[in-house]
Amino acid sequence: MSTQTEPQNGPHIFEAAAERTVVLEARDLRKHYAVKRGAFKPLATVKALDGVSFRLQAGKTLAVVGESGCGKSTLARSVTMIEPPTSGELHYDGRDVVGRSAAEMKELRRTVQMVFQNPYGSLNPRKTVGSILTEPLVINTAMDKHERRDRAVVMMGKVGLRPDQVDRYPHMFSGGQRQRIAIARALMLNPRVVVADEPVSALDVSIQAQVLNLMMDLQEELNLAYLFISHDLSVVRHIADSLMVMYLGKPVEHGAKDVVFTRPRHPYTRILLAATPRVNPDLRMDRVVPKGELPSPLNPPPGCAFHKRCPFATDRCAAEVPPLRTVDERLVACHYAEEMN
Amino acid sequence: MPLLDIKNLSVEFTTRAGTFRAVDGIDLTVDEGEVVGIVGESGSGKSVTSLAVMGLLGSNGRVVADRMTFAGNDLLTMPAAQRRKITGKDVAMVFQEPMTSLNPCFTVGFQIMETLRVHEGLSGKALRNRAIALLEQVGIPAPESRLSAFPHQLSGGMSQRVMIAIAIACNPRLLVADEPTTALDVTIQKQILDLLVQLQRERGMALILITHDMGVVAETAQRVVVMYAGQVAETRPVGALFERPRHPYTGALLDALPERALGKRRLPTIPGMVPGIADRPAGCLFSPRCRFADARCRAERPALFDVDDGRARCFYPLPDGHLAAGEAL
Repeated sequence: MSTQTEPQNGPHIFEAAAERTVVLEARDLRKHYAVKRGAFKPLATVKALDGVSFRLQAGKTLAVVGESGCGKSTLARSVTMIEPPTSGELHYDGRDVVGRSAAEMKELRRTVQMVFQNPYGSLNPRKTVGSILTEPLVINTAMDKHERRDRAVVMMGKVGLRPDQVDRYPHMFSGGQRQRIAIARALMLNPRVVVADEPVSALDVSIQAQVLNLMMDLQEELNLAYLFISHDLSVVRHIADSLMVMYLGKPVEHGAKDVVFTRPRHPYTRILLAATPRVNPDLRMDRVVPKGELPSPLNPPPGCAFHKRCPFATDRCAAEVPPLRTVDERLVACHYAEEMN
Repeated sequence: MPLLDIKNLSVEFTTRAGTFRAVDGIDLTVDEGEVVGIVGESGSGKSVTSLAVMGLLGSNGRVVADRMTFAGNDLLTMPAAQRRKITGKDVAMVFQEPMTSLNPCFTVGFQIMETLRVHEGLSGKALRNRAIALLEQVGIPAPESRLSAFPHQLSGGMSQRVMIAIAIACNPRLLVADEPTTALDVTIQKQILDLLVQLQRERGMALILITHDMGVVAETAQRVVVMYAGQVAETRPVGALFERPRHPYTGALLDALPERALGKRRLPTIPGMVPGIADRPAGCLFSPRCRFADARCRAERPALFDVDDGRARCFYPLPDGHLAAGEAL
């Protein structure tokens, strides 16, 4: 189903068949942090995000996967405008984010909301569910108290909470119910995009299934676009439409879900897939065992950032940075992508 | 004779809200060199069981059992001093959070050598060499230089390797690993699980692997114990359990995995929640959430019945392992 287009300007962007409107577009997003290494040493640069481009369509889910330190959470903070990117462009509904006034930014921020990983830490324990849900309305709308409360009660029903629980505190809810509250809070301002950072990884299997079903129902009903950040490839395979695998701040493989899952072309994607524990023995992949750990982002290896852990690496990988290019219906950054089969 | 033999173990906690039975009459046997997986959701009592085996429960936890023996020694009547000689030596444990289970104030070397000094009476050069050999065995590069490292200088995967080095320091006959990879990335998880299995094979050590991740158990264990609300719901050999679960809870849990729902839009879920301190049902503990439950299930507690190659706590074990009625969901 998917096709690639050559870039109009700037970097490669993977584009699925244009069925729906693009609500969010990131072009060559970069976020660099300067970190101190010691009192008299020069500042070092951590390239937490180093050239990420994607398009997100309404009603679709883009999953971002990778290990800790790959830049997933930095991407979430850039996309939600919590932190401005060092360089690159971010467009919501075609409107550029960079260079907006504070008032315009406030307006733009309403279109993108976030659901966090840990529902035990992301809800204020001293506020009732009602006041957690109405707070975005207090800040962003002119609604009066009764309207706000009505909206909160309606939203509670939508996410499967009983409206009579509106005056309860977060500690009176289970983990799954709390994540429902967090999802309800994210939806209070009718966003177009929801960034979900590991929304189910703190939950038990049966609760995880409930929350994933809820997220998919809400997506269908409200035509939401999800940027779904996860390390769990079986969850991603279930919920995503397209997939971006990141390593040390850069996308290494980006394409439609079925393409990437059935024919991974980057060795890192293959390693991630092989490392995911499977219940069904038939689904287990040949054991490509990853070597070592993620290198320090302060001191990334030359050439391909992955070459030190890669079982297929050659001298070329140590010298030359592989560009992101189109191979077999997806974007991949590996010199030997054609031979990975 | 099994290495670890537990019959009818219960653990009760006294809280302000009353007495809570976290573990409710479980039987557990582990043979020499066997890998047993314990799976269950949060609150199923799997961690409390392991702490009871280790003798690490707090003073408000009361352990009752008909039998609890390790290599023929009765753990229930054993004096505390003697038990401490077994704990950490013959039975060792690896905990869930590698970043918080090491003491941040002491070096890695000190923490490994402490175990060896206490249990093996080693000292000086021999002690240091053993510690280096152990770090090497668990795959830590440049082990000599790592001895003087503090835990905050290590990554999560490296910390867990150090924890494993401490656990295997005295050649335990049984290693209890409580969610050893939950806090780690998948590639590091794979490395740690491979390491545990390799050590288990090399040393003929028995391994109890406690986890909530069905995939991890399926790939690692030989026999699986599924726990629900403090009880054993089902215990079977690993292949049979995942192919044909007999207890409706196991079946429902497996069906909720995204891996098993390829092509389906909605995941089958289990309605309701694990019963807590106040709402334990009179009959089968799973009956309020079970779609096959009838009047008998709601009135009477089922025992662990023998099913072909294992046991299941259900009056009506699933005949072919599939939730026939589940398709309607």
